[in-house]
Amino acid sequence: MINLIPLLIIIPLLGLIIGLLVSSSSEKYIGWVALIITTTHIILTPIFIVYWLLIGNINIKEIVLYHSNDYEFFIDFYFDHVTAVYLFTGSLLTFMVTVYSKYYLHSEKGYKRFFNSMLLFFTGYNIVVLSGNFETMFIGWEILGISSFLLIAFYRDRYLPIKNAMKVFSVYRIGDVGLILTMWLSHHLWHENVTFAKLKNLDIVIEHLETHTILGISISLFIVLAAVVKSAQLPFSSWLARAMEGPSPSSAIFYGSLSVHMGAFLLIRTFPFWENQISVRILVGSIGLMTAFVTNYIARVQPSIKGQIAYSSASQIGLIFLEIALGLEYFALFHFMGNAFLRTYQLLISPSSVAYLIKEQFYTYNEEKIEKEKSAFMKKIGYSFYVLSIKEWYLDYFMYRFLWKPLKWIGKKLKFIGNPYILLLLLVVYIISRVLLHNKISFVPIIEAQLPLIFSIFGFVFVLRSFSERYNAFLAWGLIIMSHLWIDLSVSFNQYFTFEHTLIYLSGILISGFIGFICLFNLSRKKENLDLAHFYGYAENHKVTNFFFLVACLGVSGFPITTAFLGKDLVFTHIQETQFLLTFLTSVSFVVDGIATIKIYSRLFLGEYKRQ
Amino acid sequence: MSSSKFTFDEEEVLHELKHHLPAQMPLKDFVHHNTLHSFQNKNFYNALHEASEIFGYNTTLFVEDYREMLKNNHIEEKILDKMIISEKGKENFTFWKDKVLSYPYKKPQDKKVGRLRPFWKDAYEIDINAGIRPSLFRILNAYFDQGISIWQFPTAKYGLLGSIREVEKNSFISFFKTNRVRKMLLAEKQPQIIELLKILVGNDTSLYKQYLYDQQFMHPGWSGMVATLEENPHGLLDKKPTKLKDLIILELLLEIDALENEVGKNWLPLAEKIKIPAMSDIHDISQENKEYYDVIKIWQNAFEWTYYDGVLAGLQSHKEKEKRKEKSFQAMFCIDDRECSMRRYLEATDENCETFGLPGFFGVPFWYKPLGGKSYIKLCPVPLNPKNLICEIDDHREVRKKDMYLSQHTHRLFRGWLIVNTIGFLSIIRLFLNLFRPTLKLATVSSLKHTSQISHYTIENKNVDDKENGYQIGFTIDEMVVLVENVLRNIGFIDNYAPLVYVVGHGATSVNNPHYAAYDCGACSGRPGSINARVLCYMANHPEVRKRLSVKNIIIPSTTQFVPAIHDTTRDEFEFYDDVVEMSEENKILHRKNKHTFHQASDKNSKERACYFDTMDIKQKDKKIHQQIKRRSVSLFEPRPELNHADNALCIVARRQLSADLFLNRRSFLNSYDHTTDPDGTYLFNVLSAAIPVIGGINLEYYFSKVDNHKLGVGTKLPLNVMGLIGVANGIDGDLKPGLPSQMVELHDPVRLMLIVEHSPEIILNTINKSQSLHEWVYNQWINLACINPYNQLIYIFKDGQFEEYKPIQTIEHIKDIDDFLEHQHDNIHTRILD
Repeated sequence: MINLIPLLIIIPLLGLIIGLLVSSSSEKYIGWVALIITTTHIILTPIFIVYWLLIGNINIKEIVLYHSNDYEFFIDFYFDHVTAVYLFTGSLLTFMVTVYSKYYLHSEKGYKRFFNSMLLFFTGYNIVVLSGNFETMFIGWEILGISSFLLIAFYRDRYLPIKNAMKVFSVYRIGDVGLILTMWLSHHLWHENVTFAKLKNLDIVIEHLETHTILGISISLFIVLAAVVKSAQLPFSSWLARAMEGPSPSSAIFYGSLSVHMGAFLLIRTFPFWENQISVRILVGSIGLMTAFVTNYIARVQPSIKGQIAYSSASQIGLIFLEIALGLEYFALFHFMGNAFLRTYQLLISPSSVAYLIKEQFYTYNEEKIEKEKSAFMKKIGYSFYVLSIKEWYLDYFMYRFLWKPLKWIGKKLKFIGNPYILLLLLVVYIISRVLLHNKISFVPIIEAQLPLIFSIFGFVFVLRSFSERYNAFLAWGLIIMSHLWIDLSVSFNQYFTFEHTLIYLSGILISGFIGFICLFNLSRKKENLDLAHFYGYAENHKVTNFFFLVACLGVSGFPITTAFLGKDLVFTHIQETQFLLTFLTSVSFVVDGIATIKIYSRLFLGEYKRQ
Repeated sequence: MSSSKFTFDEEEVLHELKHHLPAQMPLKDFVHHNTLHSFQNKNFYNALHEASEIFGYNTTLFVEDYREMLKNNHIEEKILDKMIISEKGKENFTFWKDKVLSYPYKKPQDKKVGRLRPFWKDAYEIDINAGIRPSLFRILNAYFDQGISIWQFPTAKYGLLGSIREVEKNSFISFFKTNRVRKMLLAEKQPQIIELLKILVGNDTSLYKQYLYDQQFMHPGWSGMVATLEENPHGLLDKKPTKLKDLIILELLLEIDALENEVGKNWLPLAEKIKIPAMSDIHDISQENKEYYDVIKIWQNAFEWTYYDGVLAGLQSHKEKEKRKEKSFQAMFCIDDRECSMRRYLEATDENCETFGLPGFFGVPFWYKPLGGKSYIKLCPVPLNPKNLICEIDDHREVRKKDMYLSQHTHRLFRGWLIVNTIGFLSIIRLFLNLFRPTLKLATVSSLKHTSQISHYTIENKNVDDKENGYQIGFTIDEMVVLVENVLRNIGFIDNYAPLVYVVGHGATSVNNPHYAAYDCGACSGRPGSINARVLCYMANHPEVRKRLSVKNIIIPSTTQFVPAIHDTTRDEFEFYDDVVEMSEENKILHRKNKHTFHQASDKNSKERACYFDTMDIKQKDKKIHQQIKRRSVSLFEPRPELNHADNALCIVARRQLSADLFLNRRSFLNSYDHTTDPDGTYLFNVLSAAIPVIGGINLEYYFSKVDNHKLGVGTKLPLNVMGLIGVANGIDGDLKPGLPSQMVELHDPVRLMLIVEHSPEIILNTINKSQSLHEWVYNQWINLACINPYNQLIYIFKDGQFEEYKPIQTIEHIKDIDDFLEHQHDNIHTRILD
């Protein structure tokens, strides 16, 4: 029976694979596949829950993906009460939304795409919920990110959905790095892929943390970062309302209920680890409380139904964060279920609100509004709060001002790197360094000590340059690949990074990069415009190229479909926990790399297709 | 070019803008109208050309679409040939035929609006739209919100701009990013459009008009809403004084703000920073693309006439059957195209019954105030301004049920917390039930709830001083007599009364549908027609009214009783308000029998409708299909509860005998009219003046929403977000979307309405010429007009100001068994004759 638990992941994955193979014109089969898959899942889920109730918490070490003397990467599953609650809620809601969408999306263009994205999401969700260690969880976490992107940009021929999908994806990316860094530091703390089961052992946790207080706190902070982003807490709350671009059922299941509660899941899951770090608990509690208040104010002034639901959901999740910090784990789980159910339902019936509220207004409206007498100052305070809330407490502005604008600015300053001579020069530098490294020819030690940092700066600069490239897709794509080469080189100089490691990391990147280039060549052969100044919407007319380029993008950004995913983890394992700057550069490179990749994809394949 | 075009006349430009912007009212009063209303003073095809060149709309199908239709026999080749000859002459026929069939035409892409704005990107590398749209929409939405937000815009006392000023003045936080703009708004003297344009564009006033067009047509939805509310402040219950001018000033300020913030203090006006190429006036239409539009005209005419020709052939070949004089019952329906098939089935189920069609407010215009209502509802066509008010009295039914899931409480912090952790869990059960056993209980909008057997109304006025807010409560006997006489004479229903006359209003049932008002009766301003039916019945049953009518030669036997009813077009259900009529014993027996007839006919009708839903299996029993039809009306997940006016294309103003044996699908509006009782066309004028603007509006809104669903329609309704209860948009930052969603128009064939009148050509022409509005509709070809001359049985069509004889080319098939026909039909159903 224990060995059957992965079925809960395999079934939706199977659905996805079948779904991809069914022709997009046979709506009936696509709907039935999704329905059968989710029905099976909702039947199996209670069986497993009963089984768990009988035998208690389950930890299964599945497959070891990579093994060396000092490093092991393995897939691990875990089943406890948190799993049970999230599994059941997710399975039930996905089932219902599938039934709903099967009719609702009838004859909509993209019927197939919708159900496949949903099954992809559902696969990722189950992986996260059942994961037994950070590494496994991270696989699911990345899947959630990309399926979100695909569903927000569901109406891919329109500008706003694409823009908002990119916005959400970019913010998610920050959360992803939170999780990567958590994994990185955990390796250094535990010297293994620590399982969540092990975290529950209080003695071991205390023993480890006593000697490594700073490390412990840092791990917790990265966990909190990942959770805050995913659950739309301060200061990242503004993405949630902007995610409401897809068909209502997808907004309902993602942003109303399941996806947005994953941050809370991560916190509950890791609670035993930071339970005794009072400062972290205070931090989580205050973020939750502040979010609850601030987003509640924003919810109050929202004049659109979905915006209102989004913000009030975020505000309830704030309270859930607070409950978790207070140690009310069971209550938080209960609260999660209630919030997920209610918001899903509210989003699904949101169009009904017009008739209901207009009627309500018709019978209750009072022409003479009673304005309470207020002092000038109080009135001013009131108005200020109103305007502040309309402006979403500058949350969206903040993201723009402090994250994207500086990146764009630096990118612009780096224009010269696009110069072919400079590129050639850097390529030569790369090859020489690689050869030197391979032949173990030593530099002057002082320089050699600085090389990792220098190369990682190169990587960083390359990816920034790619991010701001607006004229040439080949260049942008090439720069991304190059940036990975520099990162690899940087780590290789940093520590004993065997050729095998390099191979694991770069093989994934290079294969994906190669596929990407082929796709680009294919487009240019068909005389399509390949600058990045506009959205070209090639997905409409180059379906196969679209699919492969998306796969290539995922591969390049370390999505768990190539060895690069493992490689990314290896890279970090070879950075010391004290190498702050190197870590910073490498991790920011990964963030920007994902965004730059998806930007190329969006510009070329999304948007309105105009025939030349 | 004359120099006058280069001077900027603010008032004129604003006036023009208001005219061109979409004129859709807030959702609660959704009423169909001609989307291109601002071009109605021009010829239809010229208007299509101009609107397309100016605004970049698709105003017709594409040439490839028409060619495809020719291949599928949707367009008849003979008719296409005829159109080519009539447009281009016989001598050039082969040349043009070749072009029409195979020249690779592309729709011209250039448009006049939007030429200037992209220069901002060249000048400062900034996307000015992206920067200000979200802030602008949020402020507007917050200001106009009718009840979504818990915390509303602090004040609306001072108008749009004035209220923003008031808030800005009293707030520590500014709507703007820069101090300069804040100061401009708060300055003693309100900023003027022309001053702001000078700052933004520069001294070249010739660019101002273009700039404002570009700016406002970046978001036609919001601008149109503001312009419409400026004209009709009563469109909102919670009044929000509004001017388009305010919106423009606000937007100009936001633009200055964005530039100041992004570029820094020292930026130059657009036309001074870079060189702007000379631009022709927005309304100067070049003749460059004339050939394209000529070809489109040929195709569109061929498409339309393929259909019309079949209908005219059918009308000509019909044989009047001898019918029994004595009728079993009579029923008056709305002219609505959805009643077209319903009436056919009713007549088929009981051969001795007779049906009539007339605008669904049944000639009784009034304001209506439900018990406890805080405002009045107009129950007649929008352009009318009734003097009478009817109030609901002593009603015992439950008017409103609270729905916690739609209430604002769930969005508050602590109350929300309580709700989430308690009844939040019940929502999943509710959802489950609706998915598998949908019922009427949920937040459904249903015509069946509009009135009830136990509701009573102040229909009769006994004292003319009995008034409320200037409206007379109820109708006096004198008024009643006039109204009833007009109604009966208009439709030629002045003798042969059966014991029971049903007056059947119509409405719809839907859930999760922000466009619900578009589903109800257009002649009742987007509400069900049941109360109007009750009012007419009350009048017609009134002994005093009958007495006075008999003096005017309308003799209604005392045994005849008028019975109000409602037909729910979504559920295909009838409800009779028979308790309010004191029915005689004989009539009670007849009524029981007739009810059965109605129910049987509605089963059949629902089957015909089911053919158009491809998720339904139509080979089942009628009853079973009807069950499923009812189910879709209350299913949350059903974006197509019914298909409304989809495929409307005809309006027949004639005696029912003329069209009774024709299978017209569900494409025709049917207005009863008997030329024999109206030889000089007095009543014809009433009929046409009431019908044409309403159904012409419906037809053209469907037309334009179909041909450009992206710009002139809503697009798909699946991702819609409700904004301030006044409109819908995509996402939270989208512009308002006027028009119809794709789900409503996907089965619509975009053809103009063909109005067919039974009378002599001279009388019809005289009637049309009597009114400026009718003249415009017909002479500018926004509808097509044909005449069936009852005196010589010939068909005439209106062309270039006169009628000319028309001989249909197509022959028309017969249907033996309608069930069999429906079950084996394919998507291309032409008009047929029923045997």
